[in-house]
Amino acid sequence: MGGGMFLLETGLSGMTWVVIALPIFAAALLLLLGEVADGWGHWVGVLGIALPFGYAVALFLTMLREPAAVTVDLYTWLRIGAVDVGVTLLIDQLSILFTLLVTGVGALVAIYSIGYLAHDPGRRRFFGFINLFIAAMLLLVLADNYVLLFLGWEGVGLASYLLIGFWQQREAAALAAKKAFLMNRFADLGFITAIAVLFAKAGSVRFSEVAAPLNEAGGPWAGIVAVALLLAACGKSAQVPLQSWLLDAMEGPTPVSALIHAATMVSAGVYLMLRSLPLYELVPAVQVAVAVIGVLTLFVGAWIGAAGRDMKRVLAGSTMSQVGYLMLAAGLGPVGAVFAVFHLLTHGVFKADLFLSVGAVTESVGFGELRRLGGLVKVIPWVFAAFTCGYLAIIGVPFLAGFYSKEHIISAAWDASPVLGGCAIIGAGLTAGYMTRLLLLTFVGAARWTELADADAAVAAAEVDSDAPSTPEVHHAPASMGFPLVVLSLLSLGGGLALNGWLQGWLGPVFGVELAPTGLLHFDWLSYTTLGVVLLGVVVAVLRYRKVTPEWFDSWQLVSPPLPAVVDTVASESEVEDSEEVAVHSVDLAAIGAAGLYADALIDRAAVAPVAALTESVAWAERRVIRDGTDASWRAMGWVSALSRRLQNGSIRTYALLLTAGTAVALLSMLIWVWM
Amino acid sequence: MSPNAYLIVSAALFCIGLAGVLIRRNAVVMFMCVELMLNAANLALVTFSKVHSELDGQVAAFFTMVVAAAEVVVGLAIIITIFRSKASLSIDDARRMRH
Repeated sequence: MGGGMFLLETGLSGMTWVVIALPIFAAALLLLLGEVADGWGHWVGVLGIALPFGYAVALFLTMLREPAAVTVDLYTWLRIGAVDVGVTLLIDQLSILFTLLVTGVGALVAIYSIGYLAHDPGRRRFFGFINLFIAAMLLLVLADNYVLLFLGWEGVGLASYLLIGFWQQREAAALAAKKAFLMNRFADLGFITAIAVLFAKAGSVRFSEVAAPLNEAGGPWAGIVAVALLLAACGKSAQVPLQSWLLDAMEGPTPVSALIHAATMVSAGVYLMLRSLPLYELVPAVQVAVAVIGVLTLFVGAWIGAAGRDMKRVLAGSTMSQVGYLMLAAGLGPVGAVFAVFHLLTHGVFKADLFLSVGAVTESVGFGELRRLGGLVKVIPWVFAAFTCGYLAIIGVPFLAGFYSKEHIISAAWDASPVLGGCAIIGAGLTAGYMTRLLLLTFVGAARWTELADADAAVAAAEVDSDAPSTPEVHHAPASMGFPLVVLSLLSLGGGLALNGWLQGWLGPVFGVELAPTGLLHFDWLSYTTLGVVLLGVVVAVLRYRKVTPEWFDSWQLVSPPLPAVVDTVASESEVEDSEEVAVHSVDLAAIGAAGLYADALIDRAAVAPVAALTESVAWAERRVIRDGTDASWRAMGWVSALSRRLQNGSIRTYALLLTAGTAVALLSMLIWVWM
Repeated sequence: MSPNAYLIVSAALFCIGLAGVLIRRNAVVMFMCVELMLNAANLALVTFSKVHSELDGQVAAFFTMVVAAAEVVVGLAIIITIFRSKASLSIDDARRMRH
């Protein structure tokens, strides 16, 4: 407990710790009070996020007048040799934007959840977990050093685990939670490695102080830290090859998917990349790797999104893909970093809007499988309107949020390398394609949920854990779900207009770059090309999915297509990308995408199976060598003592004889010794 | 002086004593045989002491006598106790030292 002291900064920023303390307090209250708080707990949960949002807004307004980076020392956590690890908050132009995003979207999602989980007996627990998540996420973005960031990083991992498995009575949810946790733990190995190297070689763990000493230290250390942090970011941000947990994470309640697995937590990896930018500038090769991983995930996510058979799964693929954009931008250096933040903010808003719309759809009809949807535009027009706002924003319709942010990334990527730029443009077209498909299959065409109702009623009745009602009836979402959708829709429409031109100047000092803001009407040939590709994507999707019949979905009957034989042979190569190439020739692309590019099977072959084999062999050695060996030793001892016990028979004359014989033997050997 | 005659007598005494300990069952006789073996050893000690013209062997012989006397006291006490409880002097009857 010793050593630390509070240094009270003057003004608002000195009290920033309250934004973390409030949700922690709310979470503790909700989780410790138990059933007592069932009736009003959700309001505490909302306040635990809304109050920090209000504080962040006030802080932001003061910073607008006088932009400056402030560090607030709260406590000296560890002092090891020359390295100090402090509980120190860093409030600068970057972290305040993240704080606003996390608390803003968080508060809206919390309000939404009041209605969404109105009939769930675990609602209070849910709000406790959400507050825990918000606290950890705020610690993550406000931390001044890697160790404190790691604390928040693990906290969001825990909250994510708890919330994915919120309906823990469903086996799929419990397994998905475990999978997400394990894959993130594997990625954390990178983070821990990086911190260890920083302790040993940089002599500091503060973001601003690690690059210079590592540069002086020379050798491979900067590269090792960069690669290790990239591994950590890949896990948290669901980037190739650690992406598959995000698809399963959709087992959680939809507000969780919106907040954690779309808007905030999955961007934590990108935030780490941005904070480590000076470090990555030292090792351009790793920076290229960041961009390449971003591009790969951009395509992998788009593929999965384009083949998804469930609304949430499509959006999960889309999230991967969009976070891929962010990684790409983060790998482009300071200019890209600014636009990564831009797209991160707009994506956080419009993806939350899309997810919450999906939540409204499932709340209304009871399920989210595309096979059973369709024609919802007439039934729930307001949800359709909210979804459309997000849809138009994500595909990059001019003047909406996604247009500006994505355009900037594409142009920065094009400047860095036409290959990356070209991939980013194609990605924009793919985004337009799969989002149009999702929109059409959900809202347009014939209402398949009525036709399939009878057929599925039997199935649903048979499935014990199915939460789909046997006969779909349309419910109308309560107002608490409507309000967040309205706000997020408006932000999706106007957010880009508000941020464009301002953000470059605001974030410039953080990344040490001067950017001339571009006008709202700034169009060049790159913009037109992108718009053309996006239009192409929309047109292709419309032509293909304009009229689908229920029979069209027959090929979807296989829930998860088996791993094709061709993939089997290359699976030992363990590279997801490799096997895609091979698989293309043998099976249809949609089935592969729907199966998440067989990432699970490949990880199973590449990582789980060898470890399982190792475990088996260790268990075998334990049984055969250690256990049988110890067994043999005690058996031998028992045998020897059974023999020697027979000597102790109590007969004095036997003892005398043995004594004599022993002495005789000793004497004889002595004599032989002397004579020899 | 040749020690051979003394040593032969000593060896003979020892063998007689040894044979008695191994063969006889009577505790008192066995006890006397042990005394015989001790005295055979004493004789050998004194003989070698004389051969080497040193007193060490004779001193050792005195020690043996003292120890043998003490041993007789303890040994006879044990034998009498065994006789009281078993009403027998046979060493084989004392196989089980428990009730």
